[in-house]
Amino acid sequence: MTELTALTIAGARDGLKHKKFSAVELADAHLLAMEKARALNAYVLETPERALAMAKASDARIHKGEPHPLEGIPLAVKDMFATQGVRTTAGSKILGNFVPTYESTVSAHLWRDGAVLLGKVNNDEFAMGSSNETSAFGPVINPWRRKGSNTPLVPGGSSGGSASAVAAHLALGATGTDTGGSIRQPAAFAGIVGMKPTYGRCSRWGIVAFASSLDQAGPFARTVRDTAILMRSMAGHDAKDTTSVDLPVPDYEAAAGQSVKGMRIGIPKEYRVDGMPAEIEKLWEQGAAWLKAAGAELVEVSLPHTKYALPAYYIVAPAEASSNLARYDGVRYGIREQGRDISGMYEKTRAEGFGKEVRRRIMIGTYVLSAGYYDAYYVRAQKIRTLIKRDFEECFAQGIHAMLTPATPSAAFGIGEKGGADPIEMYLNDVFTVTVNMAGLPGLAVPAGLDGQGLPLALQLIGRPFDEETLFALGQVVEDAAGRFTPQRWW
Amino acid sequence: MSIDAATVRRIAHLARIAVAEDEVEHLRGEINGILAFVEQLSEVDVDGVEPMSSVTPMAMKKRHDAVTDGGDADAVLRNAPAREGNYFVVPKVVE
Repeated sequence: MTELTALTIAGARDGLKHKKFSAVELADAHLLAMEKARALNAYVLETPERALAMAKASDARIHKGEPHPLEGIPLAVKDMFATQGVRTTAGSKILGNFVPTYESTVSAHLWRDGAVLLGKVNNDEFAMGSSNETSAFGPVINPWRRKGSNTPLVPGGSSGGSASAVAAHLALGATGTDTGGSIRQPAAFAGIVGMKPTYGRCSRWGIVAFASSLDQAGPFARTVRDTAILMRSMAGHDAKDTTSVDLPVPDYEAAAGQSVKGMRIGIPKEYRVDGMPAEIEKLWEQGAAWLKAAGAELVEVSLPHTKYALPAYYIVAPAEASSNLARYDGVRYGIREQGRDISGMYEKTRAEGFGKEVRRRIMIGTYVLSAGYYDAYYVRAQKIRTLIKRDFEECFAQGIHAMLTPATPSAAFGIGEKGGADPIEMYLNDVFTVTVNMAGLPGLAVPAGLDGQGLPLALQLIGRPFDEETLFALGQVVEDAAGRFTPQRWW
Repeated sequence: MSIDAATVRRIAHLARIAVAEDEVEHLRGEINGILAFVEQLSEVDVDGVEPMSSVTPMAMKKRHDAVTDGGDADAVLRNAPAREGNYFVVPKVVE
């Protein structure tokens, strides 16, 4: 029999249903794998007792013949999701030993459907980063290595722990959050599938807020179908988040495998950026050829404001972050540093509790929102956001069903290699993904090949609002053609 | 647009983040780097363009003005760094 940790979610669901193994055995196999993989630093908190208790309850329901859709499926949860009774830190020192007294809506949906919590996974502090190097718990290591090299690579970010855990078989799937690429970029770096749903598809309630108009939760898994299975449970209307939409949640799993014949797929010419590695260019052409072979029609399209998405993002996201993160003041939760007076207490607590990248973004956000600069920076960026969204709308209005682009401008890089001297160098990682957040669209990263050094590369599919189904159908075509990619175990 | 050391100190104060004197110059350089990067936005013609206020067009939902939660002071205070009875404790704010 295959190792239990190597199963897909669909395969595990089948095995559990036919009682080939129990949910407790499945959870145990993962807990053991997690113990052996601590060198990856993917988990910031393992919850073995809770995992076994949940698995036991799953076994009881399976025994009664009443399994829920995710019954007994062991998952990792990004530490941005509040989990009741389980420490939640957002990868920051400032939250200290914060133990929520409530559960995020998305994770509550997973437990409602029978999933099992293995633990909380690492992320860049407050999800601000593209390499998982800004976490207060230290960097996460990518299970992938360059051929013939021991150099530790980043798993991408901000959901680096989620990506590393799923790729290294330390969970069958994971949750992530994506504000500028934080699900799709790490999925690409780790050779797995990741989806950022349409803004409003998943409730943001109970997720630590970074940039509220851009943040969206989504799933990671090792296949397109597994990602679709998780997506169906995570999505859905929530009265506690007024930006969550009241639309029926489709059967995404059924969408994976649907024909893509006759679909019109846009190839945005502005994504052919200067200095794009030849391997990425080749991968993109290969992806287009696969979709064409499956009966889709490829059309070159133009999204003229693409190059402004990243600079506009670095106004909008820090502005919203500076406002959202004002709540960390040492009064209601988290750490407190004593000061001369209350203002001194705030200033010292925040200087001590926030890391370098978070402090820098709060300050940028404070500046662009300050009197005299608000119109020049923030309002202008929001106008440009309107133009970015309009570019997509015009293409969709001309009958384009989805777009195909590379997911990232490079494969995974080494720890400490980027952004040390110039933060912009790190920000450029999100050049292909950030447009999707700015326009509120769904995006799917699907592994599509390995580069010359043996590292995974991915393609991105961008969809019309609330049409995640088309992305799952197209993603399945890419996966069927490209195959799946598993790192060799060295840990 | 680029900012000077006094502006760095002013932003730090507005953001309520203590910044040591020897960090100011470094921060100034980084913030100016980011401001230079976003400077390219000024070349876009945004005349007559509405600033985005909601990425998905939706009417603001309303709910009944009714109590749906609350009455659990202990849960609210459970993670407080300092509490006394059902109150958060902060340094003295009024002399």
